[in-house]
Amino acid sequence: MTTTLAAGPRGAAAPPSSPPPTRRRARRRELTAQWLFLVPAIAYVLIFFGYPIVKNLVMGFQDYSVRTFVTGEAPWVGLANYAEVVSSGIFRTTVVNTALFTLGSIAGQFVIGLLFALFFKRRFPLNNVLRSLLLLPWLLPMIAGSAVWRWILDQDGGILNETLQGIGLIDDPIRWLTSPDIALVAVILVNVWVGIPFNMTLLYSGLQNIPDELYEAGALDGATGWKAFWYITWPNLRSVVNVVLVLGVIYTLKVLDIILGLTGGGPANATQTLATDSYRRSFQEFSFGTGAAVSNVLIVVSLVFAVVYLRANRRAEEE
Amino acid sequence: MRRTPTAVGAATAAGVALSLSACSGQTGADDGTLVVTDTMSATSAPVYEEIYDACAADLGLDVRANHVAGSGLIATVLQQASSQTLPDVLMLDNPDVQQIASSGALSPLGDYGISGAGLPQGVLDAGTYDGALYGITPVVNSIGLFYDARALAEAGVEPPTTWDELRTAAAELTTEDRYGIAFSATNSFEGTWQFLPFLWSNGAEEDDLASPEAVEALELVDALVEDGSASASVVNWSQNDVNDQFIAGNAAMMVNGPWNMPSLEAAEGLEYASVPLPVPAAGDTLEAPLGGEAFTVPDTGNPEKMAAAGAFVDCVTAGENQLTMATGRGAVPADSAVAAEAARQNPTIATFVDTVQTARARTALLGPDWPQAATQIYTAEQLALTDTESPAEALERVAAQD
Repeated sequence: MTTTLAAGPRGAAAPPSSPPPTRRRARRRELTAQWLFLVPAIAYVLIFFGYPIVKNLVMGFQDYSVRTFVTGEAPWVGLANYAEVVSSGIFRTTVVNTALFTLGSIAGQFVIGLLFALFFKRRFPLNNVLRSLLLLPWLLPMIAGSAVWRWILDQDGGILNETLQGIGLIDDPIRWLTSPDIALVAVILVNVWVGIPFNMTLLYSGLQNIPDELYEAGALDGATGWKAFWYITWPNLRSVVNVVLVLGVIYTLKVLDIILGLTGGGPANATQTLATDSYRRSFQEFSFGTGAAVSNVLIVVSLVFAVVYLRANRRAEEE
Repeated sequence: MRRTPTAVGAATAAGVALSLSACSGQTGADDGTLVVTDTMSATSAPVYEEIYDACAADLGLDVRANHVAGSGLIATVLQQASSQTLPDVLMLDNPDVQQIASSGALSPLGDYGISGAGLPQGVLDAGTYDGALYGITPVVNSIGLFYDARALAEAGVEPPTTWDELRTAAAELTTEDRYGIAFSATNSFEGTWQFLPFLWSNGAEEDDLASPEAVEALELVDALVEDGSASASVVNWSQNDVNDQFIAGNAAMMVNGPWNMPSLEAAEGLEYASVPLPVPAAGDTLEAPLGGEAFTVPDTGNPEKMAAAGAFVDCVTAGENQLTMATGRGAVPADSAVAAEAARQNPTIATFVDTVQTARARTALLGPDWPQAATQIYTAEQLALTDTESPAEALERVAAQD
């Protein structure tokens, strides 16, 4: 406390005002060297992240069509793309679907991932083998995964319906992918399956960092089972949970391949999200301006969560 | 979880396009070689390459062919257009010709003395933008009604020719473990393509989707699902899925195109045949959509090579070559006279020879605005077939969304 207070004013009044010339030159050389080390990273970020994002933002205000690629002309249209997107009948549907898809996926992935993580924290035979097997959905190419899920969820001969009917849980086959009321649920289920390994892995490593002594000490005071989880595990896991949730939201918002593979946004737009709508506008209707406008909406939402992530991360580091 | 940056897909595409513009002039070889880009698969490519080689020899040209996947073609074309590296001869799916021509990337084929004489109107419409011909489609296709001849014989059902007959036949052919008919009503342009014969044959137009004729067409397709004659899964089936269902014996009839015939021939124990799709009432004209890939000559700014490319396209699309391509790929020669000859040689293609004579180009009415209408059509079909809305309400809703 006292040292910091003392260092401030003294530092401010100190030499920098008149350093000897040789020292100044050395200082400048050092600065140049520092910048040279930074240049590759800055260039990389600007070219591969900055440029596409700025370009996308600008495209959202342009009439950017097939013609633009040939003539290079992209007339400025102000907010016309956004007006078209927002006033189109599909916009409400995609916003609601995106929200439901993200919330549903995150809730499912997180809860199941946490349960698995807690389960694998116990020591038992084949623990490591089973845990590695659970990573499989993460390793599988998504297009292959969604093709298999399409068979599983098929209405007429899909194994899921056959099984449910076989054990007498349902009488009529469920129209997993072809009923507008159920398709979103089915797509969320598949995305939960994809996301479990990610959640489990991060939460498991978070659990590993909680010292055993805490549990031993807690057990002496009567904190076992559910109480141990609530008073020891959860508070110690909080920072990891924040990171997992925020990253999960960002990853889920932009999911495209699972939906395209399972339903293509159908039936009757029941699984159309902002991401699939942006893809459809840009690459099926070649209306790159409105497609960019939709993805800009997504970028802003992701950005909000990215800021939340950075703050959560900083808090985690401070702890 | 996912790592692909899909949210900024459009941005990346544009980014790639622009960053590649720095290295222009790499495909437009300066050594006089004509570069041809087509979308032929590994099985069709040899057929085309033989024709390319023969034409190249005739005209004294060097030709190099690139075969790319059809699904990624437009993205490639846009990237090449922005970096001025378009090939000398470019194959485009026919509904994309007007879109690309409207951007100014193509040159009119009239400049090279290609008039398209002898081609059906639909083929000409598909290749024409603003009164000028930009694309020639040497072999074309459409869709028809395939059926399992044995299943129809067992049920004592004749191949249907009218909508009423279609509905009855589909119902009669439906059994405990088989649907009467399969078709694709997927949430994509494939779904639109399969609905068009019903829409157009009833006199409806894509610029007036709320018309009573359009409603009737959608009511027919809706009834097939409603009757239980077709699976509710049709809203999620691509045309390949439909073909798989038919081969697996899960449907007695299917709406599909002649490109499936190699796989149908290969299916053991299947006796298939095809007829043109049923029309609203006896005597009505079938108006099915026209499929096929067009050859175009991009405007590369090199008049000498463009003239050579024009002559090359003229040679490749000539009558006898059409016949070779059609036989090699399960398609119909575009030229009406050559098509009649093909029907004589190969009776299984006869159904489609008839159909394409009156087939219509998807871009004939709306030109570059077709993709928006196509989206409206499949959206309406999905709304109706999933019972979200009645056919009339569904069409009204999408028509109001202009």
